[in-house]
Amino acid sequence: MITAVVIKTVFILLVAVAGLVPVITWIERKQSAVMQDRIGANRADVAGITILGLFHPIADVVKLFTKEDVVPHGANRALHLLAPMLAVVPAIIAFAVIPFGGVYQFGETTVDLVVANVDWGLLYIFAIGSLATYGAVLGGWSSFNNWAMLGSLRASAQMISYEVTMGLSVVGVFMVFQTLRLTDMAIAQDATFRAFGFLEVLFGISVPAWLDWVRLPNWGIFLQPLGFVMFLSAVMAENKRPPFDIPEGESEVVAGYHLEYSGMRFGLFYMSEFIEIVVIAGVVATIFLGGWSVPYLPQEAIIGGVGSVFGTGFATGLCMLIHFLSFMVKVVAMIWLQMALRWTLPRFRYDQVMDLCWKILLPLSIANVFVTGLVIMLIEG
Amino acid sequence: MVPLDHVIGLSAVLFTVGVFGVLVRRNLVVMLMSIELMLNAVNLAFVGFNRLWPGTEGAPAFDGQVFVLMVITVAAAEVAVGLGILLAMFRNRDSVDVEEVSLLKW
Amino acid sequence: MATILFYAFAFLAVVGALGMVLNFRNTVASAMSLVVTMVALAGIYVLMGAHLIAAFQIMVYGGAIVVLFLFVVMLLNIGTDELSPGRQRLVKLGSALIVLFLLVRFLRVLSGFPEAPPAPEGFGGYREVGIALYTDYVLLVEMASLVLLAAIVGALILAKRKVD
Repeated sequence: MITAVVIKTVFILLVAVAGLVPVITWIERKQSAVMQDRIGANRADVAGITILGLFHPIADVVKLFTKEDVVPHGANRALHLLAPMLAVVPAIIAFAVIPFGGVYQFGETTVDLVVANVDWGLLYIFAIGSLATYGAVLGGWSSFNNWAMLGSLRASAQMISYEVTMGLSVVGVFMVFQTLRLTDMAIAQDATFRAFGFLEVLFGISVPAWLDWVRLPNWGIFLQPLGFVMFLSAVMAENKRPPFDIPEGESEVVAGYHLEYSGMRFGLFYMSEFIEIVVIAGVVATIFLGGWSVPYLPQEAIIGGVGSVFGTGFATGLCMLIHFLSFMVKVVAMIWLQMALRWTLPRFRYDQVMDLCWKILLPLSIANVFVTGLVIMLIEG
Repeated sequence: MVPLDHVIGLSAVLFTVGVFGVLVRRNLVVMLMSIELMLNAVNLAFVGFNRLWPGTEGAPAFDGQVFVLMVITVAAAEVAVGLGILLAMFRNRDSVDVEEVSLLKW
Repeated sequence: MATILFYAFAFLAVVGALGMVLNFRNTVASAMSLVVTMVALAGIYVLMGAHLIAAFQIMVYGGAIVVLFLFVVMLLNIGTDELSPGRQRLVKLGSALIVLFLLVRFLRVLSGFPEAPPAPEGFGGYREVGIALYTDYVLLVEMASLVLLAAIVGALILAKRKVD
């Protein structure tokens, strides 16, 4: 059992952290370039070959490793060293509960593509997300710099405010799927439901037969659209991602809490933000976009269909691969969405950020819980 | 298995360290944090005893854990008000040393 | 395995608590030691099977309350105590002796403590604790919400600047 956990951990570290994060730095440069009608960075080459600037992440890593780690004069050295570690470790260990695939039976053994299939998976993500505050808070304090201090004060207020909304906006999803275990949520989204069934339940109109064949996949985004929008906003604000990048606003507080960091310490801060982008993409894909499931093709259909031609073992393996690829497609789509939001929206003002959390998102999420409860009661009764 | 007698012992040790912090330190922030430590020690004792008497299969008892949730709630409320008092004190005297606000002592 | 992990977490908890109380140089370092204690206690809760409490411990204590402490310390730039170095050494020595005494006392005694029964199904799970909260203890939940409301109003009034 331990070896399975170790293999899955190494796989996640290789694929998600060391694999996707450099690709995201490339996506950020190229997508912003395409959106802004310019070419982007494409000069880094290996032996004269530049492939669209795909060597730039490697160049970035080399640059960050070889730069000098400057610690400012009056800074607290221990806390200055601790802050980037406290920023990056919660981001990486949040991958422990994200399911990269479903549960498969290979004869006697059961393989599930998630490192820790705990019963309280979603609560674990919130707990780890709340620990990520310390990186930003300590980074600013330990730098002995006015601008860094301002950045970290803003970061702490923003992050603890949006944790509340992050939790409340998925209570609706929790009520619909009745489980906090992310694998079970993905399994529950592996089905379809009648798209116009709500007419019967809410208004008492019987659905005409020519509309009754329309079925949507049982995804969270169709069952809880408001929850999706609120959760995406809250979790992007938690990650201090533009348009919520008040703590690190380049034009206001120079670079905020990671001002006095250089070399690989800054590299860790930079990496923690991108790893959290992947975590956000994974969590949103699992809760709202059906996770690893393929729409309209439940797992039994794939295994049954392929298994009748090629045998069950091969069919289960192929199904595992298909589900993993489906999950990665959704993760990449969510990464693209976050990048597009970053390069489209201007930065919020600080009081607008706080207003959005406490005056708009919090009442809306409570109203969402109320309406969801009402609809569930009407459907059950 | 987790040795529950040592869990209760750990709770006692943490509680004593918390009491020590409140009595010895003069910085109000550290005194408030020591109070939080005492509340945590009490939570540990609650959960430990609930693990010792978890009820039966058909009628589980969760009194300890419900109480821990209430203690966490009240601790959060108390920290908020305590830090508000600290802010007011700091604005008046520019210091958080409790020796300087001991005017009511004889 | 669970026993070894428990002793490791217990050691971390005591070290964190002592680091918090005995740190005479830096208030922020005291707060970070308290975070170490909180996370170690959350680990012990998971080992005992109380998963919901462990998640709340990290979320509320480790992620919000101590951040609030750090926020106030940074906002007001709070230094630390002014005990003389001799006094500080005395305090550190005294606390080390007290903790040692307590550990010896409590690790030997309590024989005859009953063995823990096997936990019933769903002990510490959010479902059962949630059902218990909202059926048997619903009044407690309502009172907790009133306490939080009082705390919010109180903190607002105490911390507000007087508008001239």
